[in-house]
Amino acid sequence: MSPLLLRQGLVVGTSSTRVADVLVDGGVIREIAERVAAPAGTTVMDVEGCWVGPGLVDLHAHLREPGREEAETIDSAARAAAIGGYSAVVAMPNTEPALDNAALVAYVLARGATTPIDVAVAGAITQGRRGELLAPMAEMAALGVRLFTDDGMGVQNPSVMRRALTYAKPLGVRLAQHCEDEALAAGGVMNEGALSSRLGLAGRPALSEEIMVMRDLELVRLTGCPLHFLHLSTARSLALVIAARREGLPVTCEVAPHHFTLDEGALSDFDPNFKVHPPLRATRDVEALRVALARGDVDAVATDHAPHAPELKDLPFDEAPAGMLGLEHAASLTYEALGVGEADPITFFSLLSRGPARIAQLRAQDERVRHGAHGAAMLEGEDANLVVFDPAQRWTVSRDSLQSRAVNTPYNHRAMTGRVRTLIAKGSLVVDEGRLT
Amino acid sequence: MKSLRGQSLLSLEDLSREAIVEILDTAETFVEVNQRTIKKVPALKGRVVASLFFEESTRTRLSFETAAKRLSADVLSLAMASSSVKKGESLRDTIATVDALGIDAVVMRHHSSGAALQVSRYVPHVRVINGGDGQHQHPTQGLLDAFTVRQIVAEREGTRGPESGAELFQGLKILIVGDLRHSRVARSDVNAYVTLGAQVRVAAPGTLLPDDLSSWPVTVADNFEEALAWADVVGLLRLQQERGTGSYVPTLHEFTATHGLTIERAQRLNPATIIMHPGPINRGVEIDSRVVDRPSTAIDRQVTNGVPIRMAVLYLSVAGTGETI
Repeated sequence: MSPLLLRQGLVVGTSSTRVADVLVDGGVIREIAERVAAPAGTTVMDVEGCWVGPGLVDLHAHLREPGREEAETIDSAARAAAIGGYSAVVAMPNTEPALDNAALVAYVLARGATTPIDVAVAGAITQGRRGELLAPMAEMAALGVRLFTDDGMGVQNPSVMRRALTYAKPLGVRLAQHCEDEALAAGGVMNEGALSSRLGLAGRPALSEEIMVMRDLELVRLTGCPLHFLHLSTARSLALVIAARREGLPVTCEVAPHHFTLDEGALSDFDPNFKVHPPLRATRDVEALRVALARGDVDAVATDHAPHAPELKDLPFDEAPAGMLGLEHAASLTYEALGVGEADPITFFSLLSRGPARIAQLRAQDERVRHGAHGAAMLEGEDANLVVFDPAQRWTVSRDSLQSRAVNTPYNHRAMTGRVRTLIAKGSLVVDEGRLT
Repeated sequence: MKSLRGQSLLSLEDLSREAIVEILDTAETFVEVNQRTIKKVPALKGRVVASLFFEESTRTRLSFETAAKRLSADVLSLAMASSSVKKGESLRDTIATVDALGIDAVVMRHHSSGAALQVSRYVPHVRVINGGDGQHQHPTQGLLDAFTVRQIVAEREGTRGPESGAELFQGLKILIVGDLRHSRVARSDVNAYVTLGAQVRVAAPGTLLPDDLSSWPVTVADNFEEALAWADVVGLLRLQQERGTGSYVPTLHEFTATHGLTIERAQRLNPATIIMHPGPINRGVEIDSRVVDRPSTAIDRQVTNGVPIRMAVLYLSVAGTGETI
């Protein structure tokens, strides 16, 4: 790539912002200054009014490869991620077969390496994600895996979870839990409450999530192993984790855009595109999530991008699979939740890039890890995984123009404010003027 | 919805009092047709009604198909056991196939809540009549139950249903007993009765009440015996053992002991109390066999009334246009 000069954007650091020029050359941030002279052959982009920050990092994307390539491939997901501003994504292990061994992890890493962004892998905690026997975490960690989860389903057996935490601790990795007690969720398909009772749909009570959060906080207290809470969806879950973190427990948490933008009311028409686990919750939960986001109480926004083939999302509601697309609209939805014009750019990049990069250890300059560093502080010399976000741009989601193979977005036809304009990843210009290069 | 004319019938939730009364009054005119030697009118001649029962049914299916035939409609009836659904054909494709044959209406029953609404999105030009979807709604059952109650009360008061509109429901006390949690009949019955102006109480073991009963327009009976004495109408619900309801109560015997209409309870009832059950009955569980067979129960009348109600629903929905009201 020829040198690239981003002129007069708002450069968003870890604790301050300033209007400056950013020169990218040789895959790194070469210079940041009020005015940078463009060397010969430099591509100059005027990004006045835009935010210039570290490329976004998604902790939670279902890439579906191997096994469900009709819904998504590593390649199509990477393109969707790039359009959404992500320079790195963490691939969830609930593929078919599950990513529970070094060979499969190596396969996904190799496929990911051919895409324009960095693809990291979360390995399974248990063999086949069955929640019974530990997966070979050390072998996967040797390939650079830093996050382990059985996501799609939490580890139900507390004894197995305790053993997993105890085993993982000396490996320097972090476990991540999908908190839902399936016995209490009892096959439910939406949030339990007045609406589920009216619609005659079996409910998944908020408590089925909260009770596993409570259990796992105590297991972290017991074992001392770091744990990340995936897609927390209720006010109480979030309050529990925030309080535990203040107490000093090594816990972090993420929320997903659909949980802070949509409530259970979206299900009144039995549209399976709104079916997700944990389910869309009550309005008060949505509000609590938004408040926590703006306060900086949440460590990360993660998409839980979950593509499904159209025929599966056409099934009757109780038979359709849970999950919705997320990569292509998460940045806009987060910006909107932070208050549009009032949104704090530092919080924005903390939620979408620096927080998740820290949790996934994507800043570690570890030679076993193939990818570059993400979540940059916007300092000279850092890897040039950068995004330009235009807070003024308005656009409308259309399921017909997604990069993802699947079309199960719950936001079809929704008007959005703020959009990714440019993405530089792995030293190349990947997205320019909102389009893949 | 102010009238069913030209509309699909998916739920009783959004049907107004006038719309329900219109259906009941229309059904009243079809009662007479069913008593003729030649039980047929040409109202839907040349129209095609598809009857798609993805879940087992005896009375609802027979009743709907009888109703359609008495209106002179052609009936396409799909028996799921021998259909491509068994080969894994999806609901959407099955509906598209039937629609391609040229139909005016679909009567459907499905084990998934919301399936009828989903189908109405697939074929917006076809009227969809919900014959029961999962644990959500069973609108024609709610209508025929309300029709039966109005008919009996009107007979006793020496008046006729159509002249009374919804008047006979004002202050009427209705007790619904049993598995409300899993019952689509209960949801539709409550909608119909409350919209028409009746007071509804419910009685069930705690586990068979819905998760959020506070959002229902009913009160919970603290004392079953007292509630039985209070009620003008007792509507019993079927314990749906095929849905695993068995595990919600310790034993069937205990359910009968606490919430069954036993012979002893029936003997204490006011003789005028109307006893109803949507069927199929678990004899000896919700209701003692000897009580079922008493002439005072309205259970057979509910089945009989299913035909004129479904004729009215098909007629208004398929023949009616939005402009006529």
